[in-house]
Amino acid sequence: MSGVFGSKVKRKEDPRLITGQGTYTDDVKLPNLAHAAILRSPYAHAVIKRVDVSKALEHPSVLAVFTGKDIVQKIGPIPTAWLPPDSDIKTTAHYALAIDKVRYVGDGVAMVVADDLYAAKDALELITVEYEVLPAVVNQEAAMGKMAPVVHEDAPNNVAFHWQAGDATDEMFANAPVHVSHRFVQQRLIPNAMEPRSSVAQYNASTGSLTMWLTSQNPHIHRLLLSGILGLPEHHIRILAIDVGGGFGSKIACYPDEALVGFAAMELGVPVKWTEERRENFLVTTHGRDMILDVEVAGEADGTLTAIRVHNIANMGAYLSTAGPGVPTILFGLIVPGAYRFAHAKVDVYGVFTNTTPTDAYRGAGRPEATYVLERIVDLFALELGMDPVEVRRKNLIGADEFPYHTALGLEYDSGNYQQSLDKALGMVKYEEFRQEQEELRSQGRYIGIGCTTYVEICGLGPSQVAGAVGFQGGLWESSTVRVHPTGKVTVFTGASPHGQGEETTFAQIVGDRLGIPIDDVEIVHGDTDRIAMGWGTYGSRTTPVGGNALAIAVDRVIEKARKIAAHMLEASEAEVEFQNGIFYISGHESGTVRQVTFQEVVLQAYLAWNLPAGVEPGLEGHSFYDPVNFVYPFGSHFCMVEVDRETGEIAILRYVAVDDCGRVINPMIAEGQVHGGIAQGIGQALWEGAVYDDRGQLLTGTFMDYAMPKAHFFPEFETAFTETPAPQNLLGVKGIGETGTIASTPAVVNAVIDALRPFGVRDLDMPLTPEKVWQAMQKGSVSA
Amino acid sequence: MIPSAFAYERASSIREAIELLRASGGEGKLIAGGHSLLPMMKLRLTSPDTLIDIAGVEGLRAVRVTGDRLTVGALLTHDQIMTNPLVREKLPILAETASQIGDLQVRNRGTIGGNLAHADPASDLPAVALALDANLQVVSVEGSETYAAEDFFLGPLITALPENSMLTGVSFAIPPAHTRGVYEKFAHPASGYAVVGVAAVIGVNQGQVNYIRVAITGAGDVPYRAHDVENTLLGRPLTPATISDAAKLAAEDGVMADDLFASAQYRAHLCSVYVKKALLRASRIE
Ligand SMILES: Cc1cc2nc3c(=O)[nH]c(=O)nc-3n(C[C@H](O)[C@H](O)[C@H](O)COP(=O)(O)OP(=O)(O)OC[C@H]3O[C@@H](n4cnc5c(N)ncnc54)[C@H](O)[C@@H]3O)c2cc1C
Repeated sequence: MSGVFGSKVKRKEDPRLITGQGTYTDDVKLPNLAHAAILRSPYAHAVIKRVDVSKALEHPSVLAVFTGKDIVQKIGPIPTAWLPPDSDIKTTAHYALAIDKVRYVGDGVAMVVADDLYAAKDALELITVEYEVLPAVVNQEAAMGKMAPVVHEDAPNNVAFHWQAGDATDEMFANAPVHVSHRFVQQRLIPNAMEPRSSVAQYNASTGSLTMWLTSQNPHIHRLLLSGILGLPEHHIRILAIDVGGGFGSKIACYPDEALVGFAAMELGVPVKWTEERRENFLVTTHGRDMILDVEVAGEADGTLTAIRVHNIANMGAYLSTAGPGVPTILFGLIVPGAYRFAHAKVDVYGVFTNTTPTDAYRGAGRPEATYVLERIVDLFALELGMDPVEVRRKNLIGADEFPYHTALGLEYDSGNYQQSLDKALGMVKYEEFRQEQEELRSQGRYIGIGCTTYVEICGLGPSQVAGAVGFQGGLWESSTVRVHPTGKVTVFTGASPHGQGEETTFAQIVGDRLGIPIDDVEIVHGDTDRIAMGWGTYGSRTTPVGGNALAIAVDRVIEKARKIAAHMLEASEAEVEFQNGIFYISGHESGTVRQVTFQEVVLQAYLAWNLPAGVEPGLEGHSFYDPVNFVYPFGSHFCMVEVDRETGEIAILRYVAVDDCGRVINPMIAEGQVHGGIAQGIGQALWEGAVYDDRGQLLTGTFMDYAMPKAHFFPEFETAFTETPAPQNLLGVKGIGETGTIASTPAVVNAVIDALRPFGVRDLDMPLTPEKVWQAMQKGSVSA
Repeated sequence: MIPSAFAYERASSIREAIELLRASGGEGKLIAGGHSLLPMMKLRLTSPDTLIDIAGVEGLRAVRVTGDRLTVGALLTHDQIMTNPLVREKLPILAETASQIGDLQVRNRGTIGGNLAHADPASDLPAVALALDANLQVVSVEGSETYAAEDFFLGPLITALPENSMLTGVSFAIPPAHTRGVYEKFAHPASGYAVVGVAAVIGVNQGQVNYIRVAITGAGDVPYRAHDVENTLLGRPLTPATISDAAKLAAEDGVMADDLFASAQYRAHLCSVYVKKALLRASRIE
């Protein structure tokens, strides 16, 4: 069915989700379901002197109360699954419940299981814990200081790891004609998926098998890790993540509470459910970003950039979360040179323990941070030279004829046409006119600004060989099974685990396009370790580039076999048989002549097996375990135009223009949706969001009353467009589009605001750019216009 | 986010509600729309033994005009207030303020009585209550009493409401016909509540300001009348310059709060900017 690939098909999953027919983990109801609640530390750093659970146990509805001491002999610690090489990483033991010390506000101290949820919550108040409160440290730079409180005894100076890459030397900066440096702070963010995390576990003692419904982006990884923690063989664990209401990285990690729920179900012989409260989500679900970044670029007087280096102090929180260490190192460091022709680069990263919530991937994971510092320092470099920031970018962008391009940090960018993207965006923006208007308005005391990002990002994680080389404790290929049923309907089993991104539709489009069947004949199954062979899940914008290509290959294997059968039916040789629009026919004859069979007719014969060619087995199923040869590198140009209110410092976003290139677009509506959501989240970081702890490690922004998630009415209509430069190294020609908006928008917005503030001599402001910060900067600055 | 256990009672009259309050021995709380009380209960910041639902109490949903005052029943929701024809005609500033509260769901549930009784320092309605010389009608075991708005708000979540009492209605002064009232709000990007909210009513006669009320909410622990602003403008011509001068005094009568989002210095500044904004709009010299 040609035309379905690339068309704006409505999302197949939406009727189910928007009419409340989805199956989210908390929707799972089982007979005799018990409910768990977790007592969490109110202190950021304290010794647990005594825990008294006796009163809670007296509560008539309470089935059990577990403390750290109860579980330590029975289940293993929570592992870290990304160990950057040569980084001296300290994977300090992390138990599902704290044993003698709590390390952040929210650290689990005890779990109550009761036969009703209300009782479980009430019983928490019946537990007494005696703490000896210790001084806490929340800032990662302070944590490295000599006198700082020690979070883990086995990590001196609180350094969890130290990782470096690149070859840029001191001389390259010291001797450069132009040398610009600046410290940027990436504030801490809270992912805030709409669906809180949840787990339900059911244990069958007679078979020794455990079934868990989980809010997971990667159920097979969860199975692997939980198998280790719980000491249950992998084939006796089934993980189901049927509908997951957003993750943004926060549902990658294997969490203590997940292990506890599985453990409790096994101990008690009843199914157990735990669902996070929104308040717990703020406190214990992984946070994102939180890096202190010292950045330097070297260049020539004509605007040529030659070298870049970044020193990154990353706040890892109190424990190393599952993929946490990979974020400020590999995912951040390798893409620091961005879309520009840097001859040399260097990154130097410290991961540091503090008494805060552990950090891990948050939409973009490392690439937003890298893109931010790069795009900000390029603007400062342009300012230093008195050049237009767009001109500096144009001068340094890698040329369309330079691909595949080898970067200073060893990546091979697959394809790109950065200039075309920039030109397209500039056309939409009407850049020169904006600059003129800016001049005129400035003379009237009004301040508008424009900022841009010309980014490239690395996603489609990734070749497994590279995964191994960078310390990811797993593979990064993807599996797909395409099962064609006797009636020609198709079920697809994918190891990717979409949770809102729309692959039930785009994957059906891939199948429909290749097989020439309606997409309603295709069902996509994901998120079930018993039905799906294996998979590594959904993150790092890998679902379509890796999982989608696995699917395309599996479909092609189906066609391959079907062609054999069709040739037999048509009494022709395989080589003579063409396949198009769902019909096998003999070349030279147009479709519609007698010598053709439909896909469905062939399928039926495959299953009847009355007359199959010699050596062909019955049935029709294609499998693929696809390991990509490279990452994919989406790119684009984003522009933001803002007005700053001189009196209040409030920022109004006048326009937002995004031109993205994710290779071939399967469904423009879904791709646009991904870009829109990404931009909203990225602007959220630029202007409103920020998790703040006080000195004692209390989260001051622990509810939606204080933590400013952007709302729809904060934004103008986004103007989005695509260029399509096919990915050369995969069958479908696709790249990822899930994170580009987040990666590109944050620096575009900040560049725009700083541009607007130019008359006040403002070089930089720390995010979020709250009205007061902007106002204070204008008060201090002198108007030079 | 589950509150502690509580008993639930439904009152069908004011007297019954007060009786139930008295019977609870200080451990009971009235619940109207529940949109301030329930969030606090879910965070276990408050754990009343008994909730006394007053939604079914008769006669607390009327809007009446008597002479130069308009009275609204305590149970009117924000949405009912903003869409009520009488309110819109007589007190457009009240309708405008109600329309800026929260979102649709909040306006459909939250009541004016609950909003004022709760006395959240960042609530919108206290400003308009001050600017319209509101009288809050309270019934207690002792009988009926009336509190002027200026005597009602004592601190954050603290009012003059006596024990075992209930707010039954609010009467607002209908300002003279030649005046105009507006509400200008700087909303917190997270909560949507007022960082600074300014209710202003102003009228000019023979080239001089002869009626003015300026009240500010959000900026500090209690809403306040900006008397200095009012006094500066009273008897003077209304021009951008006089407004600007007077607006500089907007923070004088209040005590500014200082928090993560806005310092006291910035809040004071916002008070001036928003008073100016409000007065310019009310004077139609935007
Ligand atoms: C998401 C959200 C956003 C909001 N945004 C805003 C905003 O922008 N601006 C704003 O002003 N408000 C806002 N609110 C608060 C909202 O207006 C509340 O509805 C209102 O403050 C309380 O009214 P209620 O009827 O819900 O009172 P309830 O929650 O039922 O009660 C609040 C308190 O008042 C007491 N009480 C209630 N009625 C009476 C009475 N008649 N007599 C005596 N005591 C009484 C109760 O015992 C309780 O202590 C928001 C609320 C939410 C949930």
